[in-house]
Amino acid sequence: MTDGMVSEVRLPASVENSLYHKKIRVGDQVLRGLIYLAAIIAMAILVGIMGYVFVRGIPQVNWEFLSTVQSARKGTFGILGNIVNTLYIIVLTLIIAVPVGVGSAIYLNEYAKPGRLVKSIEFTTEILSGIPSIIFGLFGMVIFGTVLKLGYSVLTGSFTLTLMVLPLITRNTQEALRTVPDSYRSGALGIGATKWYMIRTILLPSAAPGILTGIILSVGRIVGESAALLFTAGSGFLLPRGLFSKLFESSGTLTIQLYLCMQKAKYDQAFGIAVVLLVIVLGINLLARFVTKKFGTKK
Amino acid sequence: MGKEQLSIVANRKNKSVVEKAAEVIFTGCGLLAVLAVISITGYMVISGAPALFQVGITDILFGTVWAPAAEVPSFGILYVILTSIVGTFMAILIGVPIGLFTAIFLAEVAPPKLAATVRPAVELLAGIPSVIYGLLGILLLNPLMYKLERMIFAGSPDHQFTGGANLISAVLVLALMILPTVVNISESALRAVPAHLKSASLALGATQMQTIFHVILPAAKSGIMAAIVLGCGRAIGEAMAITLVSGSSVNFPLPFNSVRFLTTAIVAEMSYAEGLHRQVLFTIGLVLFAFIMFINVVLTRIFRKGEATND
Repeated sequence: MTDGMVSEVRLPASVENSLYHKKIRVGDQVLRGLIYLAAIIAMAILVGIMGYVFVRGIPQVNWEFLSTVQSARKGTFGILGNIVNTLYIIVLTLIIAVPVGVGSAIYLNEYAKPGRLVKSIEFTTEILSGIPSIIFGLFGMVIFGTVLKLGYSVLTGSFTLTLMVLPLITRNTQEALRTVPDSYRSGALGIGATKWYMIRTILLPSAAPGILTGIILSVGRIVGESAALLFTAGSGFLLPRGLFSKLFESSGTLTIQLYLCMQKAKYDQAFGIAVVLLVIVLGINLLARFVTKKFGTKK
Repeated sequence: MGKEQLSIVANRKNKSVVEKAAEVIFTGCGLLAVLAVISITGYMVISGAPALFQVGITDILFGTVWAPAAEVPSFGILYVILTSIVGTFMAILIGVPIGLFTAIFLAEVAPPKLAATVRPAVELLAGIPSVIYGLLGILLLNPLMYKLERMIFAGSPDHQFTGGANLISAVLVLALMILPTVVNISESALRAVPAHLKSASLALGATQMQTIFHVILPAAKSGIMAAIVLGCGRAIGEAMAITLVSGSSVNFPLPFNSVRFLTTAIVAEMSYAEGLHRQVLFTIGLVLFAFIMFINVVLTRIFRKGEATND
């Protein structure tokens, strides 16, 4: 090797660039350094965000913060109303989105014959997951809010979010259904089960972990969502007066309240809410990992 | 025993009804996604187009003065469109290299145990609500930018000071937010590269870095392109994180100007806009939607190409 001779290593030529004396390539070292640097930056950002939010936010979180509703008269601040609103929207969205999403996946995987229709459903599901949430917000505000006359309410918000989380549930269910071996299907059909009976008793239980993963990811999406809710669910912060009347009332989630606090430059309260949100997000992440690990399905 | 019950072709009415109903219902569920996309598209066009013609296409798209509340209102959104394009481009410029190198780290360089701690961290980054990014942007980035601004523009009286809420702050927040998308998609693209390519390269005496940058990266090209395009989509559609961070006046997208994006223009004014002003906001939504659809088309092209080369 000729360029081995120019290197400064003072060794007999026979030992240079052997397996034990590898040539040091500066370019390689630089690239390796950059790769490590990028990974360190990514980690540092996460640690930085978590650390900063927790340090500034934890002093704000106390029992009164979590268990009361903000009151201008008493001059106190609490987020119980927003927590309840968030739960309302999560539950209602899932009630609508899970059956539809799972049904759509069953159709795509079990009933449909490959062709135009399947392609267009898969393509539109893909598009639906790429549409920014602010556009869902505009759509929901007018279609559900104005045309259906629901105004700013839990219902408007949930309908809007249903469209948003639908692709998540469909895709996860579809992937779970794909992993169910074909022998299960032919076995069930072979001993005389009808198709619906086979889906109900064999496929859905086998695909349950995948569906669960989809649900958990959807909850994560709903908890973190803000742009689609600002103009649909509104910004109310009061506790529900009745179980069902709440559905028609303006209801701001935690993220919306955080945004409003930010707008009014009440950063301490904002950090308090941020801590609550981060704890929820962390919990959801751990739960999702636990489910995928326990049932051995890959995302 | 009745004859029908023994026969293999027995026609049990109620069962076949349930079967049919199930099929119809599932088909309906499947079609809902199609219906949703069609109605969203239709609705965006119907609500966004009237203002386009009322004000004049060139006046809206190429006008530079945004004064919806003036006596003679002017609805030029050219700067808003430019801000979104420039901002997205800059965010990609910063976010993609970091994201791609992190993906290489996870897929090729890191020992499995280390990768198993970094990967969940990146996933967690994707789960953090965008308003929290915005909150940190205001409290950490903006003061920093303000300091920088005062240093750079100390001698120039023409400069309008923004208090640090400027394009750079917004771009940095966006770059952060596309990071998880870029890392995830590129990592799976890198992992999908057939192992024999890597083994062959290493066996020929290429170093690990040469293998990564000359063999694996080119083989994963289409996946990485998809990651970049998806990153674009996320960046251009993000609203809440950057509304307050970017300042909020309509300006030409220079690094230290207070700017307004397509998304933030909608968020900032939708709550009080009326009449034509409101319609113009829907037009802004339509422009944003057009960008997203364009990105989607590019994305499907890339995937189709990737499938064709893999076969």
